[in-house]
Amino acid sequence: MLSSLPSIVGFVRPDIDWHAVAPELTLLGVGAVVTLLDIVLLERGRAYTSALAGIGLLVALIPIVTLAADGTTREMFGGAFVVDDFALILKAMFIVVAYIVVLLSTNYIAEGDYWENEYYGLLLASVMGMVLMASARDLVTIFVALELLSIPAYLMAAWRKADPRSNEAGLKYYLMGVFASAIMLYGMSLLFGLAGDTRLSVISDAVSTGDANPVVILGIIFVIVGFAFKVSGFPFHTWAPDTYEGAPTPVTAFLAVASKAAGFVALMQLVHAGFPGRDDVYQPLLWILAVGSMTAGNLIALRQENIVRLMAYSGVSQAGFMLAPLAVAGDIGGEALSAVIIYVLIYAAMNLGAFAVIIAVARRTASGEIRSYAGLFKYAPGMTILMTIFLFSLAGIPPLGGWFAKFAVFRAVVEADTGWGYSLAAIAAVNSVIALFYYAKVARMMWFEDAPEEADTSSLRVPPSLIAALGLTAAATLLFGIYPAAITHFTEGTLIALPY
Amino acid sequence: MGEFLNDWGLSIPTFLPIIGAAVMLLIPKDREQLHKLIALATTLAVAVFGLLLLIQFIDNDNYGALNFVVDKGWIDVIDARYIMGVDGISLPLMLLTMLIVPLCVIYSWNHFPEPHNPKAFLMLLLILETGMIGTFAAQDLILFFVFFEVVLLPMYFMIGVWGGENRRYAAIKFFLFTLFGSALMLVSFLALYFLADASTFDMRLLPEAAAGIAKSSQVWVFGGMFLGFGIKVPMFPFHTWLPDAHTEAPTVGSVILAAVLLKLGTYGFVRIAIPILPEAAAEWAPFIGLLAVIGIIYGALGCLAQRDLKRLVAFSSVAHMGFVMLGIATLTDFGINAAVFGMVAHGLITGMLFFLAGSVKERYHTLDMSRLGGLLVQAPRMGWILGFCAMASLGLPGLAGFWGEFPAILASYNPAEVLAEETFRSYMVIAALGTVLAAGYLLWMLQKTAFGTPREEFANDPHVRDATVSEYLAWAPLLILILVLGVYPHLLFGATDPAVVNSLSECLDSVTSGTCFDAAAGK
Repeated sequence: MLSSLPSIVGFVRPDIDWHAVAPELTLLGVGAVVTLLDIVLLERGRAYTSALAGIGLLVALIPIVTLAADGTTREMFGGAFVVDDFALILKAMFIVVAYIVVLLSTNYIAEGDYWENEYYGLLLASVMGMVLMASARDLVTIFVALELLSIPAYLMAAWRKADPRSNEAGLKYYLMGVFASAIMLYGMSLLFGLAGDTRLSVISDAVSTGDANPVVILGIIFVIVGFAFKVSGFPFHTWAPDTYEGAPTPVTAFLAVASKAAGFVALMQLVHAGFPGRDDVYQPLLWILAVGSMTAGNLIALRQENIVRLMAYSGVSQAGFMLAPLAVAGDIGGEALSAVIIYVLIYAAMNLGAFAVIIAVARRTASGEIRSYAGLFKYAPGMTILMTIFLFSLAGIPPLGGWFAKFAVFRAVVEADTGWGYSLAAIAAVNSVIALFYYAKVARMMWFEDAPEEADTSSLRVPPSLIAALGLTAAATLLFGIYPAAITHFTEGTLIALPY
Repeated sequence: MGEFLNDWGLSIPTFLPIIGAAVMLLIPKDREQLHKLIALATTLAVAVFGLLLLIQFIDNDNYGALNFVVDKGWIDVIDARYIMGVDGISLPLMLLTMLIVPLCVIYSWNHFPEPHNPKAFLMLLLILETGMIGTFAAQDLILFFVFFEVVLLPMYFMIGVWGGENRRYAAIKFFLFTLFGSALMLVSFLALYFLADASTFDMRLLPEAAAGIAKSSQVWVFGGMFLGFGIKVPMFPFHTWLPDAHTEAPTVGSVILAAVLLKLGTYGFVRIAIPILPEAAAEWAPFIGLLAVIGIIYGALGCLAQRDLKRLVAFSSVAHMGFVMLGIATLTDFGINAAVFGMVAHGLITGMLFFLAGSVKERYHTLDMSRLGGLLVQAPRMGWILGFCAMASLGLPGLAGFWGEFPAILASYNPAEVLAEETFRSYMVIAALGTVLAAGYLLWMLQKTAFGTPREEFANDPHVRDATVSEYLAWAPLLILILVLGVYPHLLFGATDPAVVNSLSECLDSVTSGTCFDAAAGK
């Protein structure tokens, strides 16, 4: 009976390479166990979930290491799901970032008396979407991955449900996210209509020939704009500051790093595998997005009084830097991807570190105002030094990691050797100076100002999980700056396996 | 020993200070004496190492070429390598750095500026030393860039935490100006990498590899470097950060800023911009010369308008660096030799003047020259030292300052053949006027502070005492060097000349005789 089923419905189960999907399956399994634990143990499960989620994430790293050791490119579902070097680096990054977010969340969520088990279940689901995104080479897979990573994030942004600002954060994020999805889907439908297939490799062939017709142009613009929302590029960044400020700070860190990186992963795949022949369309668009993001983000950041809003706008500006190599991707090919990946990896380390300090300091000051950092050097010198490292790394000062990220971007745009590339380099150079001003503003508060009279200036106590997160991110920030080969080792060569 | 120095001679003194800083990080803040001892031991060890390097350098007897070359992989994927080496141009500046830093530690031994905290202060000083030595040793553009930037953060904090009343403004201004220049400089380095025949950041190979770049591109690339180095020097009109930074910085910060940090800019011109892009340099030279002489006159007039002693010395820096830049702009080996000498001399003399200004401030709690006076009566030895330094600074023959200024003026009478003689001869006249103004403001300063009788408010002030032991210890080496180099300038010229000639003649492959600029004229 069963053996005759395929002949009736015309469906043959495609071959599944279980090794290739092992990271996703591990995350799915751990997420399910966390959720089941909640149902069975109820409140008693709270003690274990955070540790379980952390261990589960580390376990998910194992198949990634074995896949990397194996080294072959694996394809499934007709090329819709690909495991290559590109996918593996980014999967590993997403999982490590999620692990650090778990470290950041542990005390925050437990002490805030929020629901814990669901929180970690949702976090794991979102990470699974990101890990899937790194392998998605097909419009439908990309879309499914995007929704899988976004929907849990909408819920997590509104986790502090007693606080109206958290509700506002979640709602704003949700509405803007859905809006972006709709635009993106429309663009995807146009591309599908033209190519007759959802796989990027087929779309690439269909859109690259001849002159760009309006359908292709609209399709590409809509898809890229959809992801511009996700990476909070100007002028589609408006949700970011409110969402970042209202969401629980560990979730903000997660959104600012992992979710943004996932958007870039999709953009890289689209630009490099989806429409490499249409650089006449996507390059000017990305150039405008890059310049707009880095400039507008910086200028608005100058006026911020709240540290999280400052980080939000600085994130907009950093997104502009990450977009810059893609704006010349048609001229330099895979080098652009290497530059973006280098930037995303270093950005993840330093930005998570900055958020870890923000969480640690907020435990004392219960405030996000930049003014509340006054005199931090006097009572928390270690935290001050760490924050200084992260801030100046974000500003791109050698020998901290950020310099190499900026360097990779400069290198990519100059390599293009076009007027667009050089002008982008000059604008980026000016912007990196503007950025220093607001990062230094925070540093100035910590080092040069005295704490207000009424402030509690006994030494700061930091829980061990936060110390672990700070140690990991600070070590990575310094290592990437002094010995960048630690990172370029992984980003050399052809990263995305193209089918032709 | 020679073998060891050839392999490790540059890496050890570069990174020793940072190791010292790391050790200090682990020691609690309240063990101040221990912190001071560690800092002193580290910086003295570096200085001794510098002495060994000097001996070996003389022994190698190859001043024109790079000595102690290390060439190791660093960031392979972008072809950036860990290449270190020194020749006759960089060694004097490196030794100057190695000398100044321990003197700064000795000077501040018993009087750290508010808010005290010797641990943090000395750690910053050590990180600064790593950055400065590394910049002079680096022979790879990216390595150079990293070290060039490493000095920013410690100096920013030094000004911002230990500085005067207006320190916040001065600190961020210093940082932003420099960063702006260096960001564009980095873009230029990258353009060089991609445009040159060989994709390399190796400074030894680039002069040859960059020769094929179209002249119009060369001019743009040079422009980026000009901003990077010119802001650091600082040249008029980018000099505005300097008086603020100098005035607000703590004494030691001012000394390091004047003695070493400014030299990073001029050194960049001599080492990188001109040898690699000689044709563009020839295009830019008249413009650089013009800004240099404007700087000389503007700096001097600025000095005459000051009431604050420290600000006066700061503006005199603008003028003196103008002479250095004028020497460089002539593009002759004579002018560049003068420039390198000028850098060292300015480092010694202006460093001393800032030490003195700091000591005056500590005694009188003011630097307002209208309130000072009678230093020779109250603290005669310090007064004489101030007089000596003022004489050296105005370029009195027989002291080091003379050999920086006079040959620079002389060189502009006869610039490289590609440059217009009339232009540079008129620069020469203006620069010569600048020396007269320099004599004017320095003597005026001396008259205001050292001569006369003390003001009533300070007449019986017990704080006003003569130089202390730590001050003597810190100052003596500088004073001796000012005199020795003044009397026997060949000590320095002997080392710099082969290196300058070498770097200028290497810059175009096709040259058969003379410097490349004479050959470029024939084209």
